Amino acid sequence: MNGLEKINADFATLFKDGREQLEAGCSAVMNGCREEAFEKFVQLGGIPQKTEAYSYADLVPVFDKDYRVVLKYIPQNVDMNEVFRCSVTNLVTHPILTVNGRWFDGNVEPELPEEVVICSLQEAGMRYPDLFLRHYNRYAPKADQDGLVALNTAFAQDGVFVYVPDEVVLERPLQIINLLRANADLMGFQRNLIVLGKHAQATVLVCDHTLSSQHFLMNNVTEIYLDSGARVDYCQVQNQYAGAAQINSLFVSEQRNSAFESNIVSLYGGFIRNNMYVSLNEEGGSCDLYGMYIPDKKQVVDNYSYIDHIAPNCTSNEHFKGVMDDSSLANFCGCIRVRPNAGKTVAYQANNNLLLSDTARINTKPQLVIDADDVKCSHGATVGQLDEEAMFYLRSRGIGREEAKMMMMFGFAHDIIRHVRLEPLREKIDDLIDKRLRGELSRCFHCTLPCRK
Amino acid sequence: MEGKLLRIRNLHASVEGKEILKGVNLEINAGEVHAIMGPNGAGKSTLSSVLTGREKFVVTEGEIEFNGKNLLDLPPEDRAREGIFMSFQYPVEIPGISTVNFLKTAVNEIRKYHGLPPYPAGDFLKMIRQKMELTGIDNKLLNRSLNEGFSGGEKKKNEIFQMAVLEPKLAILDETDSGLDIDALRTVAGGVNKLKRPDNATIVITHYQRLLDYIVPDVVHVLYDGRIVKTAGKELVAELEKKGYDWIKEEVKREL
Repeated sequence: MNGLEKINADFATLFKDGREQLEAGCSAVMNGCREEAFEKFVQLGGIPQKTEAYSYADLVPVFDKDYRVVLKYIPQNVDMNEVFRCSVTNLVTHPILTVNGRWFDGNVEPELPEEVVICSLQEAGMRYPDLFLRHYNRYAPKADQDGLVALNTAFAQDGVFVYVPDEVVLERPLQIINLLRANADLMGFQRNLIVLGKHAQATVLVCDHTLSSQHFLMNNVTEIYLDSGARVDYCQVQNQYAGAAQINSLFVSEQRNSAFESNIVSLYGGFIRNNMYVSLNEEGGSCDLYGMYIPDKKQVVDNYSYIDHIAPNCTSNEHFKGVMDDSSLANFCGCIRVRPNAGKTVAYQANNNLLLSDTARINTKPQLVIDADDVKCSHGATVGQLDEEAMFYLRSRGIGREEAKMMMMFGFAHDIIRHVRLEPLREKIDDLIDKRLRGELSRCFHCTLPCRK
Repeated sequence: MEGKLLRIRNLHASVEGKEILKGVNLEINAGEVHAIMGPNGAGKSTLSSVLTGREKFVVTEGEIEFNGKNLLDLPPEDRAREGIFMSFQYPVEIPGISTVNFLKTAVNEIRKYHGLPPYPAGDFLKMIRQKMELTGIDNKLLNRSLNEGFSGGEKKKNEIFQMAVLEPKLAILDETDSGLDIDALRTVAGGVNKLKRPDNATIVITHYQRLLDYIVPDVVHVLYDGRIVKTAGKELVAELEKKGYDWIKEEVKREL
């Protein structure tokens, strides 16, 4: 058996032997999805290898470690609210912690408008069966060729559940802080479900951190449903250490006149894979996806997106940018699909990259598949070095070459970061990127872990 | 020697192996405004590029002395720090860098070169506001990305604003009038005139008379085929406007 076959066989054993533990405490809806999902995983050949969506991502070294999979909640011996302090000052949010992919039992219940629900996914499955049945695992199957998403559905037990009813606007951002802390190498499957009713609005900030120096592999799935007129501002800051790997799949289902905007900022991590699936199901929907990645050393950041224009008169705008240094690798693969019915679609996609060293790599693949007339679509990708004309302009004003280079890289990144709406966070990210580009920061900003290079 | 801000001797320069400047001689004193005129392809922009240190222009012969220093030894940033400023014909758009941050960095890098501490933050903004008023710059420009989405007029005004902030000893206006309507031209010229002092000098590179109606030169040079072929007072501007450049070309041919 080669490495991959062994990994797939281990999952099969775990699924069989751990089944009882896996299902304990989970609702019928969750447990009802497992069998089919695992069959799908097997049918797709297990961990994706050389499939179209994963053609540049080598998952074997990511999976091939002696991870433990813990199928029940293990209380932490410390109060996570004490261990972790968000270092973004002046950021006022409702913080929700998860530990190793599970709802933290010491979460302080936020003061929210009545009928808004924020709780663990397990609890939601028991308490809101109708809502759960309507939305759980309704959007993730969109990734019908991705075995990793199926694997999450087979193994997921917990995560965060958010429900914002019709017409309710959450004024304060919800901050989901995913913490990893263990005493052995660990693999986890977090599952989040976020449901917004008609004209509901929410800002969701997701922060990924590591608090101990074990190897981690998280294979997470988040489903977001926006009913008509709903709006979600989503921002995810990935700031883990070099020994952590994360596969992060986001599924967004948009109904009439809804709006989804996301910023995914990959500051640090050993291996980061982001899957973003957006379905524009009804007229008038819009989505803006922004992303920034700045890997150095041997980091890998892999972004994959699939924006599906199903209904007419929807707009999508996608812009990802990266600055790669040392021997890092970044991949971008983005597909805009315009279905035959989706006339008057407006869709833009761009991916721009700067390579700072001879050994840094980027693979970029922008794609358009258009089956409708009367649409406005464009896509493009660039890979390059810094613009010499701009460099000369800055130098001719007395700015030295090194400083000019920093300013231009910072400017390049800020072009994406300026879309982050939470001002204190935007300033902090700008600051972190500036430090990172100057080489003053080689790990998560408040983490004290020695990063293995 | 003394009082000479810029001294160019027998300057030859080429780009991609082609010789463009073929022996330029030019001397400029502090307090003077010089106009360099000439037909297309004469080498006007090459001269400004060589003065500011653009790398693809290679000096093959001759020397340039600026304020007693050998200019050709210095990289572009040090030339700027020594007091050379060029207003670009096509200012570059740089996304993500605000005008105010750009200027703060430039001012402080220049100060560092001269052994001075960074400009105190409060005073800096006060100074910036003053210069904005002087050059007719809109407040909103400050926090926008440098030149990004600026109109042609805004870009040129922004160049003069930068000049006001950086206070160069020698300012080179490279075709600053191109693409400007008459109102923008007046504003730009007005800014330049206000910045004129006994201890600085200006080179105005232009095709046409119209900018020189507002910025009146002390000396006018005609650059033709890589050489300065005629030098006179401001009356030359009107003559060139009336008669074009052909008579100068004829004169040059006769001399050869």
